[in-house]
Amino acid sequence: MTTHVLGDTQVLTGRSLRHILRSPDTIITTAVMPIAMLLMFVYVFGGAIDTGPGSGPYVNYLLPGILLITIASGISYTAFRLFQDMQGGIVERFRSMPIARSSVLWAHVLTSLVANLLSLVIVLGVAVLMGFRAEVGVLPWLAVAGILILFTLALTWIAVIPGLTAKSVDGASAFSYPLIFLPFLSSAFVPTATMPGPLRWFAEHQPVTSIVNTIRSLLAGQPVGTDIWIALAWCVGILIVAYLVAAAIYRRKAS
Amino acid sequence: MSAVATAEPAIRVNGLEKSYKELRVLRGVDFEVAPGSIFALLGSNGAGKTTVVRILATLLRGDAGSCSVSGFDVVAQPDEVRESISLTGQFAAVDEILTGRENLVLIARLRHQADPEVIADDLLTRFSLTEAGTRRVATYSGGMRRRLDIAMSLIGDPGVVFLDEPTTGLDPQARLEVWQTVKTLAGQGVTVLLTTQYLDEAEQLADRIAILHQGRIIANGTLAELKALIPPATVEYVEKQPSLEEVFLAIIGDTPAAEASAASTDKEPS
Repeated sequence: MTTHVLGDTQVLTGRSLRHILRSPDTIITTAVMPIAMLLMFVYVFGGAIDTGPGSGPYVNYLLPGILLITIASGISYTAFRLFQDMQGGIVERFRSMPIARSSVLWAHVLTSLVANLLSLVIVLGVAVLMGFRAEVGVLPWLAVAGILILFTLALTWIAVIPGLTAKSVDGASAFSYPLIFLPFLSSAFVPTATMPGPLRWFAEHQPVTSIVNTIRSLLAGQPVGTDIWIALAWCVGILIVAYLVAAAIYRRKAS
Repeated sequence: MSAVATAEPAIRVNGLEKSYKELRVLRGVDFEVAPGSIFALLGSNGAGKTTVVRILATLLRGDAGSCSVSGFDVVAQPDEVRESISLTGQFAAVDEILTGRENLVLIARLRHQADPEVIADDLLTRFSLTEAGTRRVATYSGGMRRRLDIAMSLIGDPGVVFLDEPTTGLDPQARLEVWQTVKTLAGQGVTVLLTTQYLDEAEQLADRIAILHQGRIIANGTLAELKALIPPATVEYVEKQPSLEEVFLAIIGDTPAAEASAASTDKEPS
């Protein structure tokens, strides 16, 4: 059985990638809202936001948070697709077949990764048109890509949970709203220093702030300090917990 | 599964019990299915037919009792059981976004077959879906979906096929198409366990019929044996009226082979 895990995962990933290929609107709608926010914050609010001396154009400041929002909205499609599979009985069919059981979930996770990376590229393209520039080498870019991939995987495994347990389509995708909202209570849009006490404490200790600060520093060519370790710890921690919970729910559904 | 001795039943269910919280769905179910036969599990909605099938297909665990399929225990050897079965659930489990052909290729790949493309084309021909093969399944009629569903179940030549209410929700023509398919399967030596709530379906297809009622098998035998359970019929002369189904099929000018042979015996002048 385990010898088939990779092959089966590959076949099933091909299947869900084909779903995306046939409805490319999911990639575009994922990118539309973050792009709208990007436009609004840069051109409407941006002029009035003071991000401190030497922080460059506001679009540079804003982009890391927008990228995280893109991922948070993109993963709701994973929950949606998994929910559809559960409802349609095709997961049941796969489970009555001699295929590696974990392949079904991994296929959705890998598909989510591909779809989100495509949406991120679109958002990044718009940001460049709006004047975003990062004069740094390949290595910081690779580090940014690595963090975004890790963040996508962590959030996708969270999305698997409602995908498996939701009773309705709305329930399957509603969970992503708080995730989309989380960057607003962080350093993504404005520096946390302006926030009142308890909110500031929350903003400085929730995962988005450390991830946003890390990406921002990397793209500005500045030292990342301890932020990168906190960011990685959050991503890996969320990833492991969400994976274990999702896998347990999936296994329990079999008995 | 030629390794299985002919004396061994293809499916064996012993004292199977299953409860959902307070609700005792199965209260000790026993039956055996001979290899290469069609066995119908007959019962009203909620009788527990689907529960039996899901347990046999390793999707659910019973609370008590034992079940084996092709000689393999469903709890101890689920992988071996999955190798030897295929399940067609109550609702056609097909991928709507893919084409019919892509669905078949997908399953063939997952069953680790040598030549998925050839298998897909062959099955499309056998199930009269060649023309529809390149269309997305979302555009298929209920009958076509069901045919595709069954075609997907046959990939990898499983020895035992579970069909859970295969004709529920189908129009009369599609129903006849499915019946024809099931008969062909049994002709090839496949063991078929079929659940249904339609008495005529069990009568048409099954070699043996078991009636599941309130969590137990209350009758199990051939059609003739079951008929013998009730007092001998008194002979009455009744004018033979065509059934609405016969009228419907005659008017739309569509009489598949299955119906033609069945109908001709019915209409025999007496």
